[in-house]
Amino acid sequence: MKASAESILEVRDLVKHFPLTQGIIVKRQIGAIKAVDGVSFDLHRGETLGIVGESGCGKSTLAKLLMALERPTSGSVRIHGKDITKAKGAELKRMRRNIQMVMQDPYTSLNPRMTVGDIVGEPFEIHPDVAPKGDRRRRVQELLEVVGLNPDHINRYPHQFSGGQRQRIGIARGLALQPEIIICDEPVSALDVSIQAQVMNLLERLQNEFGLSYIFIAHDLSVVRHISDRVAVMYLGKIVELGTDSEIYDSPTHPYTQALLSAVPVPDPEGRETRQRIILQGDPPSPANPPSGCHFRTRCWKAQDICAQQVPVLERRPGSDHPSACHFAEVRDVVNAQ
Amino acid sequence: MSEPTATQDLIKGADEPAVNVGEVQDSRRSLWRDTWDILKRRKIFWISLVLLIMFLLMAAFPSLFTHKDPEYATLAKSMEGPSSEAWFGYDLQGRDVYARAVYGARTSIIVGVLATLATVLIGGLTGVLAAYFGRWLDAIVSRVGEMLLGLPYVLGAIIILGTIAPAQSNPSKTTIMAVVIIVLALLGWPIVMRIARSAVIQAKHQDYVQAARALGAGPLRIIFKHLLPNSLAPILVYATITVGSYISAEATLSLLGIGLRPPVISWGIAIADHTSYMRTGAHALLFPAAFLSLCVLTFVMLGEAVRDALDPKLR
Amino acid sequence: MTEVLSEQVGSGSRSGALLEVDNLHVEFHTRAGVAKAVNGVTYSVDAGETLAVLGESGSGKSVTAQTIMGILDMPPGKITGGEIRFRGVDLLKLPEDQRRKIRGEGISMVFQDALSALNPVFPVGWQIAEMFRMHRGTSRAEAKKKAIELMDRVRIPAAKDRVNDFPHQFSGGMRQRIMIAMAIALDPEILIADEPTTALDVTVQAQIMELLAELQRESNMGLILITHDLGVVADVADKIAVMYGGRIVEHAEVHDLYKNPAHPYSKGLLESIPRVDHKGQELYAIKGMPPNLLEMPSGCAFHPRCPYRRETCETDVPPLYTISGTRGSACHYWREVIDEGQR
Repeated sequence: MKASAESILEVRDLVKHFPLTQGIIVKRQIGAIKAVDGVSFDLHRGETLGIVGESGCGKSTLAKLLMALERPTSGSVRIHGKDITKAKGAELKRMRRNIQMVMQDPYTSLNPRMTVGDIVGEPFEIHPDVAPKGDRRRRVQELLEVVGLNPDHINRYPHQFSGGQRQRIGIARGLALQPEIIICDEPVSALDVSIQAQVMNLLERLQNEFGLSYIFIAHDLSVVRHISDRVAVMYLGKIVELGTDSEIYDSPTHPYTQALLSAVPVPDPEGRETRQRIILQGDPPSPANPPSGCHFRTRCWKAQDICAQQVPVLERRPGSDHPSACHFAEVRDVVNAQ
Repeated sequence: MSEPTATQDLIKGADEPAVNVGEVQDSRRSLWRDTWDILKRRKIFWISLVLLIMFLLMAAFPSLFTHKDPEYATLAKSMEGPSSEAWFGYDLQGRDVYARAVYGARTSIIVGVLATLATVLIGGLTGVLAAYFGRWLDAIVSRVGEMLLGLPYVLGAIIILGTIAPAQSNPSKTTIMAVVIIVLALLGWPIVMRIARSAVIQAKHQDYVQAARALGAGPLRIIFKHLLPNSLAPILVYATITVGSYISAEATLSLLGIGLRPPVISWGIAIADHTSYMRTGAHALLFPAAFLSLCVLTFVMLGEAVRDALDPKLR
Repeated sequence: MTEVLSEQVGSGSRSGALLEVDNLHVEFHTRAGVAKAVNGVTYSVDAGETLAVLGESGSGKSVTAQTIMGILDMPPGKITGGEIRFRGVDLLKLPEDQRRKIRGEGISMVFQDALSALNPVFPVGWQIAEMFRMHRGTSRAEAKKKAIELMDRVRIPAAKDRVNDFPHQFSGGMRQRIMIAMAIALDPEILIADEPTTALDVTVQAQIMELLAELQRESNMGLILITHDLGVVADVADKIAVMYGGRIVEHAEVHDLYKNPAHPYSKGLLESIPRVDHKGQELYAIKGMPPNLLEMPSGCAFHPRCPYRRETCETDVPPLYTISGTRGSACHYWREVIDEGQR
């Protein structure tokens, strides 16, 4: 299924600050962790938007905000025009049918005391009108079959399955309510290399079969490239570059994207002696106290005075065809140029 | 993905029977099943189980163990030692020590079990609610719990019992027992609250709880389907051991003269009645004390066996 | 090295490499049965050389490393056969006090999780200095000076000011640097790095790998890099040993293996990497899942997942066939695998 231009998810100026407090009895706010700091993007029907970034960049908080598991400090997340961040009670519950998630850790994301049938069938118990009671067992078995598990294993417990199989159970649970959007938060990073490809293929097949839209969050750039139509690169709570997969991977314009791409080891020893590497100095700064202006300037080799004074806007800049949040955005092909 | 330590590997390996070779073998394995598998191989578990059944039978059908009436007193035989007629001898008032020990089991076990039940209910409920809703509810519950825990047990019991059940009144057997049960539970629930609270806080941050919330599950569903079943194990272990310690706590209170008192028959009272006759008639003291110790030991052993079987570190 | 060792040099040596693991067998005895974690692993590393040991969880790659270091938990672990020769001397036969001496001075190790490998209640400088005090009996002041030097060497900024900081005050990348500083403190001849960058971000991973390569160049250490990341291997390794189900299924010069793998498992791994030209297509996926150590498949452990499988594979355990001087494959049909790759 090809992605259409129709937006089914619109995120605007999303901000999540976790307050840092001090004091035992009288709590006093002494600062905030700016986990997500003004993020905007659209998700189109049938497309996969990849979100890459390193730990602490806010991508997991972003996932929780989209799922309405956390309330944002400000900003909106609209699904078909309705803001899920403002929804409550029955309305929120109804909206959840349309947006589901697949989690990172297949060992902690399934209740160890429930059978596979109970886990995959739980969505139907919470939303009884989706499947009539007598029909549920059959629906659960269908779902198991769809994700490539033996439907006869309905009475087994999660610990009787391997990591890859558990991830399939999690995917079946996410599919049960027939959502249009699935947020995949690092869905393969906890799996063995030989199993990752199986789960990636499954996700792609399901997307084609059910016309799903994915937000695919990961730190593995080659995995994100394989599955994504568009990619957003995050650094310290902000999207620094956004474009189609080839725009990001072949003509990145933000220095951070370039460094990130160049840091990924290439699985081919040919020509490794002459390979050019951008090696960043130091670690990402703390999101509790990000640098002024451009958050990346402290590790950037291009940084000038303006970077400390002005926050670069995520916009299309001269000489490039996609938005980038760098005052000195400039195409540099780091993957193919060797 | 990454290779963890060898033992973790093995746990993983041991976790995944049959599935890896793709056999269709639908064994319903669960934590309880695994626990049972370990339990049944432990000698200490079987010993404590046999003792437990014996004590439970004694509590339910004392007449199976003795045909003598524990109330029947022959003052002439006061403090008479063990004989073929009365194996354990006679007590101060000339009653059969063995019969009274057998009948005492009922009181002790009822007090121990009911007080534990009340403790688990109060502590479990407050703990789960405090952990789930947090904020001010957690603050209140935790502070009250800490206050009670800070109070020495016996001191607390003396204060409460002294206030609500003055020794001069003449209450029924049920009232006497009920008062002791309430006092034990009232002073004991904070520990269960703490166990439940930390288990739930731990479970609350698990991904499967987040997943349930993302599906639209409400608090009741999350508490009863996801949090409670995963927090039950440590409470269960504590409860088993607690039955034993409550039985001995009851004896302590009775010994001090503020717990159970006649006409109730209990090991604690029997010990209290005869402490001053240690040198002349040790038998009247020894046998109830032995029953008490054995019973407490039974519950403690059982609790420990269950804890070992449930302990994830040993799996 | 100790005198005892130098006397024995050469006595048991065959190929003469600095470190040789020879037909090592390790088992774990558990409640559920005997898990054969390592089933006849043989590899060697020389000074200045980088050997990558590639494998998934449960392949036995870490257990082998722990056995070399002598830090395997026994029980449940049990070494049931084989030799580990360092400078020709079988470490498994040495008494514990001599092993302890080799640990750190001869062979040392960097772990995946630097936070749990460092002691949280001591300053990092103290922990590095302790290496000198324990092994060399260096004075307190001298050891601290050396610790600062080492922190400089692993490029911890402002080492002098940070020597008294505690592990939690450092970032993940910096902690890994401290672990490396401790590992190289006594100038070991072999450094084992067990997934040294798995817990780190890509940009930090690049820093650490560069640091390791630099240290290796400076001191001519032999490096055993244990990893599951085919990218990292391609970047730094000279030789590679692919492990599966407690066995080495292929060993080769790194260029040879990436150009044309000789075992279906290594071939499958390489093919399942998402590549640009595969976009929009299904990824190649090795079917099935890694074997359960308690119930190893008969014959070749990989046969249930193997596209080249024949009947012999279900019954006969394939030996490690020699393909060329540096290359071997534990597949009955390695010729077929290689030929197909050449087409």
